[in-house]
Amino acid sequence: MVEWTEQERSTINKIFGSLNYDDIGPKALRRCLIVYPWCLKYFGDFGATHNAEAIQKNDKIAKHGIVVLHGLDLALKNMDCIKATYAKLSVLHSEKLHVDPDNFKLLSDCLAIEIASLMKSDFTPDVQASFQKFLAVVVSALGKQYH
Amino acid sequence: MTSLTEKDKARIRAFWDKISPRAEDIGTDALARMLIVYPQTKTYFAHWKDQSPTSDSAKKHGITVMGGVGFAVSKLDNIKEGLLNLSELHAFTLRVDPANFKIISHCIMVVMAIMFPQDFTPQVHVSMDKFLACLALALAEKYR
Repeated sequence: MVEWTEQERSTINKIFGSLNYDDIGPKALRRCLIVYPWCLKYFGDFGATHNAEAIQKNDKIAKHGIVVLHGLDLALKNMDCIKATYAKLSVLHSEKLHVDPDNFKLLSDCLAIEIASLMKSDFTPDVQASFQKFLAVVVSALGKQYH
Repeated sequence: MTSLTEKDKARIRAFWDKISPRAEDIGTDALARMLIVYPQTKTYFAHWKDQSPTSDSAKKHGITVMGGVGFAVSKLDNIKEGLLNLSELHAFTLRVDPANFKIISHCIMVVMAIMFPQDFTPQVHVSMDKFLACLALALAEKYR
């Protein structure tokens, strides 16, 4: 089981508590698809994604970014059993969506960059460490049901 | 591994022009971040008297690393050849596991996002990510 200090819990809850999901969700997913374009493999029926401009204008991608970011709420509410909490989502990503689990880390890195842009100097090394630890646990849980 | 397009090089040079006055700050922040967020990287610095991320040794090293990045920007048209000496240093003396290049690259880009949020667009990010990956490859060139 993952151990969280009070400081880590507080940091992570604070970040999500003040987050504008409708802004950061789309930004993080767009960044991921522009920086790591092979992730577009999973977005074949999302309309125009042929270049960065198309990705940035794409409403379906923006909407999906919000969905994905809200997916982290589950982990936030269940920090002491993230692995169990994500079991069903892991099966979904493996058996239905067929997403290569290496991609989860790519999106999580892009989310960290967006949060860094947002928080600027408040995104201290300690805050980064807590946030990235949280994302790493989620990423690991999402990959657990791949067989 | 991908090579840099002319567009990538133009973006990197333009972004570097903007950020180079703060290169030292970027380097020291990135290095400190690396030591805190990825504590396994501290194993390379066991020889420092003061191991803390804000020590003089750490600050100096952050500046050195960022100096290397700046040097690579000046050799953008042929990074591999331009960095031959640094490559030998990393291969035969430092022997840094190449996985760590990804780590410091990520930390550098986090600091770029913090200090230049409007300029570190996804387009600049992808070019910078490619450049730092090329740089890492060049440094590991002589490993085996």
